Amino acid sequence: MELSNFKFEIDSDGVALATFDLPGRSMNTLNLASLMEIKAITAEVVSNDAIKGLVFTSGKKSGFCAGADLGELGDGALTGGGSKEEQFKSAFSFNMIFRDLETCGKPVAAAINGLALGGGLELCLACHYRIAANDNPRIQLGLPEGKVGLIPGGGGTQRLPRLIGAQAAAPLLLQGKSLKVAEAQGLGVIHDSAPSEELIAKAKAWVLANPNAKAPWDEKKFRVPGGVPNQHPGASQAFTMGNAMMMKETKGNYPAQKAIMSAVYEGLQLDIDNALAVESRYFFNVATTPEAQGMIRTLFQSLQDVSKGASRPQGYEPYDIKKVAVIGAGLMGAGVAYVQAMAGIETILIDTKQESADRGKNYSEKLVEKAVSRGKTTIDKGAALLELIKPTTDYSMIEGADLVIEAVFENPGVKSEVIKAAEAKLSDTAVMGSNTSTIPITLLAENSVRPANFIGIHFFSPVEKMGLVEIIVGKETSEETLAKAIDYVLKIRKTPITVNDHRGFYTSRCFSTYTEEGLEMLTEGIAPAIIENVGRQTGMPMGPLEVSDSVGLDTFLKIGRETASAEGRDFNASPTGKLMSWIVEDKARVGRKAGKGFYDYNEKGHTDRIWQGLTEKAPVKFDECPPEMKEELSKRLLIRQCIEVARCFEEGVITDARDADVGSILAWGFAPYSGGCVSYMDLKWGLKEFVAEADRLTAAYGARFEPPVMLREMALKGETFYERFPPQSSGSTKAA
Amino acid sequence: MAEAYIYDAVRTPRGRGKASGSLHSITSLELATQVLQALRDRNDLDTSLVDDVIMGCVTPIGEQGSDIARTAVLHAGYAQTTAGVQVDRFCASGLEACNMAAAKVMTGEADIAIGSGVEAMSRVPIGSNGGAWQTDPAAAVSCGFVPQGVSADIIATKYGFSRDDVDAYSVESQKRADKAWKEGRFSKSIVPTRDQMGGIALDHDEHMRPETTMQSLGGLNPSFQMMGEMGFDAVAMQRYPELERINHVHHAGNSSGIVDGAGAVLIGNKHMGEVMGLKPRARIKGFASIGSEPTIMLTGPTDVSQKVLRKLGMEPGDIDLYELNEAFAAVVLRMMQAMNIPHDKMNVNGGAIAMGHPLGATGAMLVGTMVDELERADKETALITLCVGGGMGTATVIERV
Repeated sequence: MELSNFKFEIDSDGVALATFDLPGRSMNTLNLASLMEIKAITAEVVSNDAIKGLVFTSGKKSGFCAGADLGELGDGALTGGGSKEEQFKSAFSFNMIFRDLETCGKPVAAAINGLALGGGLELCLACHYRIAANDNPRIQLGLPEGKVGLIPGGGGTQRLPRLIGAQAAAPLLLQGKSLKVAEAQGLGVIHDSAPSEELIAKAKAWVLANPNAKAPWDEKKFRVPGGVPNQHPGASQAFTMGNAMMMKETKGNYPAQKAIMSAVYEGLQLDIDNALAVESRYFFNVATTPEAQGMIRTLFQSLQDVSKGASRPQGYEPYDIKKVAVIGAGLMGAGVAYVQAMAGIETILIDTKQESADRGKNYSEKLVEKAVSRGKTTIDKGAALLELIKPTTDYSMIEGADLVIEAVFENPGVKSEVIKAAEAKLSDTAVMGSNTSTIPITLLAENSVRPANFIGIHFFSPVEKMGLVEIIVGKETSEETLAKAIDYVLKIRKTPITVNDHRGFYTSRCFSTYTEEGLEMLTEGIAPAIIENVGRQTGMPMGPLEVSDSVGLDTFLKIGRETASAEGRDFNASPTGKLMSWIVEDKARVGRKAGKGFYDYNEKGHTDRIWQGLTEKAPVKFDECPPEMKEELSKRLLIRQCIEVARCFEEGVITDARDADVGSILAWGFAPYSGGCVSYMDLKWGLKEFVAEADRLTAAYGARFEPPVMLREMALKGETFYERFPPQSSGSTKAA
Repeated sequence: MAEAYIYDAVRTPRGRGKASGSLHSITSLELATQVLQALRDRNDLDTSLVDDVIMGCVTPIGEQGSDIARTAVLHAGYAQTTAGVQVDRFCASGLEACNMAAAKVMTGEADIAIGSGVEAMSRVPIGSNGGAWQTDPAAAVSCGFVPQGVSADIIATKYGFSRDDVDAYSVESQKRADKAWKEGRFSKSIVPTRDQMGGIALDHDEHMRPETTMQSLGGLNPSFQMMGEMGFDAVAMQRYPELERINHVHHAGNSSGIVDGAGAVLIGNKHMGEVMGLKPRARIKGFASIGSEPTIMLTGPTDVSQKVLRKLGMEPGDIDLYELNEAFAAVVLRMMQAMNIPHDKMNVNGGAIAMGHPLGATGAMLVGTMVDELERADKETALITLCVGGGMGTATVIERV
């Protein structure tokens, strides 16, 4: 037997040890080759009489196995090519590799010495005995397939509920929650735990003591914990409620979660062999949906690439950032200071008054306090972090900084003074960054003595929670400055996307079309509850009105007016403009921060009810929403955003399909099941159909849906965004 | 086509559907048997002339399984040539059984058929038969399943019925049922249920609470709020995005009671009635069943009533008495609102909120209630209808002869 991914040895007691160790990889993943070797190992265990049983373990420090190789899966390796039947056969044959191991007739144990996720845990579940290291706090056991739009396809949907019951398995399968070793042992997912160095010996001892081991579900007297639906009322009720909870969470948008529920429901009513076949059928169905393809690509591959700095220009030395000055200690500046200090960067936090600067640092103090009380950090580490933040009013402290980020009031005049004052203290090679969200970078750079060093670094609020940073390249910004800015974003462990300068850049510009379309609906007389519910149900994190309240209606009004005047339009000529002016200026309802906007808010700042007075300016004409109308409103909300995204590509504002997809999900929560706004167009519709639909919407609702010329061209040529706007740098890796 | 006449109707009293209820120790078979025997004995029926017994039952498992209708036919001592079939149209099963019996008579398949129903809810709990509708994830997606209580709360929210509205309706239901019992308005149909020794187990509806007031109802917590918040409200709003939230107004005091009971209606053509020496009490003019939107589920009575009236060339005003099963107060309030039916024509003797709703039996019981009331009040036509699980409605129009 020739193996390259496993080390295989038989000890003097006749117990075989298979040590999983993928050559040249930092982490074990279940790829085609290693699966075939598990098959070979099983055959060897069956045929070699000298072998009494088998123990699996890992040769990697990083973990036992991180799951299936999604890179291969993305390339179609696990579902194979050919007809539907052949593809299913291929998916099922992998399921059968684990089943054959489980029924090999000899005891098989897993000595889990590191994290085991997805296919890695499924391999363990197919072993008769599982023991995990209790001295490695980094061990996680879980089935995260659902998070990237897949379902466990190596028996996970069948073995886990048979071990711990459908109800306990539900959060692990549906939400991909992972377990610590102690939790897993408490639930019965693993049998025992022990210090790392004892694992293999204990697993071998178990193998020798249990020569007739069988999976519980292969025993005649096996009963599913918690019962089988339609046989035990409790189990039936668990599904009744579980189905509703799944629909509440997913709004019916995620094929994987539906399929997981069905696989468990149907599978539990069957014997394990038939159940595994059902799982494989659902696996196949889900893996071929646009949702799974989009989610794997964006939330797994692209997110990984982009988070490693995929769009960083090549050929520049890594920029070592030790000291950064943040000017403006408001909410944004304070948040930026915190994430910098977290990354060990010396942070000068400047404001016009010392007390304002101190208040900015206090933001970090509170976050550290919280982290300490929750055991996420120690008092010492927290103190060291706070030590790095130096609140001051003194610009001379900027000296020696590698980067300055201004986060002052959104006023070109104020910003211009700050930029000039800061640059006076900066070296020729340091970067001057602006966290503006509305003012064109090229315009701000006019104040700069070194416009090549000037760049937009757009954070999202709250900075410590939002993973994305939008980097805006101005007309004069150099490639080197871009490389430096990306290095900075990577250092603070955020995900950078790179865009070119334009009013609203990429994220604000596209996101605002969502709220604008909501306003259009409001002025058409569609009941606010309908707009809000459809917005949420179509996969957006908030309704258009609620999210407008969160950003601030005064902010929207200001941006709206500025944009209108820049485009030479009369803002108040449109019904939506009139409505915004009325609610902000006549009714003084500026949003959540004031406790009143489109909604009324309670003392805690949570939405209470939609403001009844809205009907004064927006009388309701449609107070019912049958499914056809819901579908139409849904399409309007999503397609409107996508059209804007397509325009951004046409205008060169964004240039990499991965950046656009990742940015749309991370920045403004664009329906994550789609894999992002570009995948929504490419995969869910296909550009030809998408353009046809956009044309229909244009005819029905106006030019805001008009597809740009480039999009028409692409549709005619049968192109996709990922073909036309492929990765531009070679930063791409395909680790799993 | 032959005419279908109602010759007689009987029902058991309704026992509280729990272990302390007076009918709990009586089997489903016995409940079904006793109403069949009562029909036979009151009418001196030659059962060899009864072609079929159609029996509604919503939880046909355990002791109600294996075609309880045929078992009851044999156990009641009917001729072995009488067939039996159990049917399930959820809450309208008993009425559907009557409609099927009438259809058999009209088409000539049967000369005499019995429409009936049985449900011993204290013995075979509601929902204990499982079913794809409420458990299969695939169906949950395609049907937008929510429990009926949540559906009733959707109706209340969508059509503007407040907690006070539904409670006030329920207080009135209790009053009307109490008055009807005191005046003996049900006495023609009620057959006391016998126990194993032949003694009387129950001779009246024991679920009623005539002392109910707005104050006493006001203390009850909404029954469906918690499950609503866990997920079903979200499902409801996915179908009804116009609802900002669901107003949970229903509780045990304004919903139908869980009870045990059985009922049966003797239906036949004119000729066989004459042969058997029976006098017809009413004629079945028409009937229908429809499907309606399944998440709100319980608005079918309006749709089906409009359909059957349209088929009969009648207007809502042509009906003297309406009997709509009081599954939940909002169900009745909505039908009155939608069809502009005055409350003094609707459920004149109270309903299931006071007396209880033995699922598979109720429809057959309500036919008897209406035959009795048409005779007592000297009225001509009545429409009987029920809301139905899964979004359906079944209705029957009868007239005195």
